[in-house]
Amino acid sequence: MGYEAVIGLEVHVQLSTKSKVFCSCSTEFGAPPNTHVCPVCLGMPGSLPVLNKKAVEYAVKAALALNCRVNLKSVFARKNYFYPDLPKGYQISQYDMPLAEDGYIEIETEKGSKRIRIKRVHMEEDAGKNIHGEGDDPFSYVDLNRAGVPLIEIVSEPDISSPEEARLYLQKLRTIMRYIGVSNADMEKGELRCDANVSIRPKGSDKLGTKTELKNMNSFRHVQRALEYEIERQISVVEEGGQVEQETRLWNPHLGITETMRKKEEEHDYRYFPEPDLVPLVLTEQFVENMRSELPELPDEKKKRFMDQYGLSAYDSEVLCSSRELADYYEKAVSAYNNPKAIANWVMVELLGRLNKESKDVTQSPIKPEQVAKLVELIDKGTISGKIGKQVFDIMYKEGGDPEAIVKEKGLVQITDAGEIEKFVDEVIAECPEEVQKYLKGKTKVIGYLVGQVMKKTKGKANPQLVNKLLREKLEGMKG
Amino acid sequence: MAISREEVLYIAKLARLEFDREKVEEFTHQLGKILEYINKLSELDISDVEPTYHVLDMVSVMREDVVGQSLPQEEALSNAPDSKDGFFRVPKIIGGE
Repeated sequence: MGYEAVIGLEVHVQLSTKSKVFCSCSTEFGAPPNTHVCPVCLGMPGSLPVLNKKAVEYAVKAALALNCRVNLKSVFARKNYFYPDLPKGYQISQYDMPLAEDGYIEIETEKGSKRIRIKRVHMEEDAGKNIHGEGDDPFSYVDLNRAGVPLIEIVSEPDISSPEEARLYLQKLRTIMRYIGVSNADMEKGELRCDANVSIRPKGSDKLGTKTELKNMNSFRHVQRALEYEIERQISVVEEGGQVEQETRLWNPHLGITETMRKKEEEHDYRYFPEPDLVPLVLTEQFVENMRSELPELPDEKKKRFMDQYGLSAYDSEVLCSSRELADYYEKAVSAYNNPKAIANWVMVELLGRLNKESKDVTQSPIKPEQVAKLVELIDKGTISGKIGKQVFDIMYKEGGDPEAIVKEKGLVQITDAGEIEKFVDEVIAECPEEVQKYLKGKTKVIGYLVGQVMKKTKGKANPQLVNKLLREKLEGMKG
Repeated sequence: MAISREEVLYIAKLARLEFDREKVEEFTHQLGKILEYINKLSELDISDVEPTYHVLDMVSVMREDVVGQSLPQEEALSNAPDSKDGFFRVPKIIGGE
């Protein structure tokens, strides 16, 4: 029997405000331990939190970009548990009255577009950071610089059905957060963190199986691998006649497995209650509309526009719109020379291929968009062949320079003079009697080899269509 | 009784509190009385009353996103029973949060 996975993700995104969410301590990363702390974020008695307006603005923008309905009234709540990185003994979060609900985003899978619904978006504060002593060291070390940094938690509905989709969903969230400028959302830096709820069920069933919660996955790759492992694990439990137990499991990246962290009966009872230190957050329609008007063109809108305006596929548009910088780069190139499809190909295959290999992004591209445009124009005009184009691109990437100058300097201009090409064609016919005989006996496919020989002689500079035409004429002439 | 002995023990556990046997009996009794007293409120029909999330008649108190003064590290750590190299030092934490 086949199984399908049902996955829901809880994602935390750090908002890039200058100060913390309930006090004025800096949120800057990398300061010496416990230097960005004050009585409020240390949880000292008598101190009171005051909400950061910018954090609310960012959270509302994020909620709108995720197509959520913003609740004009939301309430902060205390989530109570004991852990050394939580100085107050509770985390200020939102519970029964979250900031926003009922949104969705779209991901581009191999099978087409898929909508993943978002259940809620709420605001909360981050906890501090623990460093555990190594080996015999019986201590842990706590740095509270991060305690109180603003977060939003984005909870999806269980609409994700594969590890691949989970990765696409997370990448889309990152793209959106970066577009709207509320977070850098870098997973490696902990600016975007993800927990997953996973269960399996027989294919086509609409019943939900018992789920496990996965934690400690701190890169896109780890999320995908952890989910792949966990789904396989649950399937084998069921196939061996067992039952999946509801529990929280930790991803162990070194062993590539998930391990039990706590069982159901050890789950926390957070005893949420309204935070008496903070008054409810009441927003006006006007405020929400102001935030909406400040949003840039969002990734999905841009993607649709790219498909309409440039005639690109959904997949190509998705890739080109994966960052604002890349989309801008592409549009600059297209505005310099109007061949959107060819430019999309060069940018996606040749440019991104090279940049990705060096873990760089488009802002670090040694080639300017206008130069890509010029290169495509040179090919379209027949000044150089596509094959030579790749050579030129390589030189542009490694050594810099304008395509025209490179073509001139290296003598790469395509030979389109029939007389000149004819000389090479005659040479090849004289040098390859066997292949010529084959052709004459009807194996006309061999012409590909002969064209290749001519191209080799001309160092790729001959116009391949012309070579083909001349060869064919000559060979057909020999038949008679 | 409005609260059972088991519930008292469970809440004590959540709050990381330990009591001897007699105290548990005593608290069960006292907490029960408090709850019974509070329960008087449930005699009122409040089906038309919106829940009160806060007693102050204020909403949306906010501050601008401006960085202010933090405490010096030394002072931040001064109340801690133990610290080292700028960190609070605590017994090793086993398992996650």
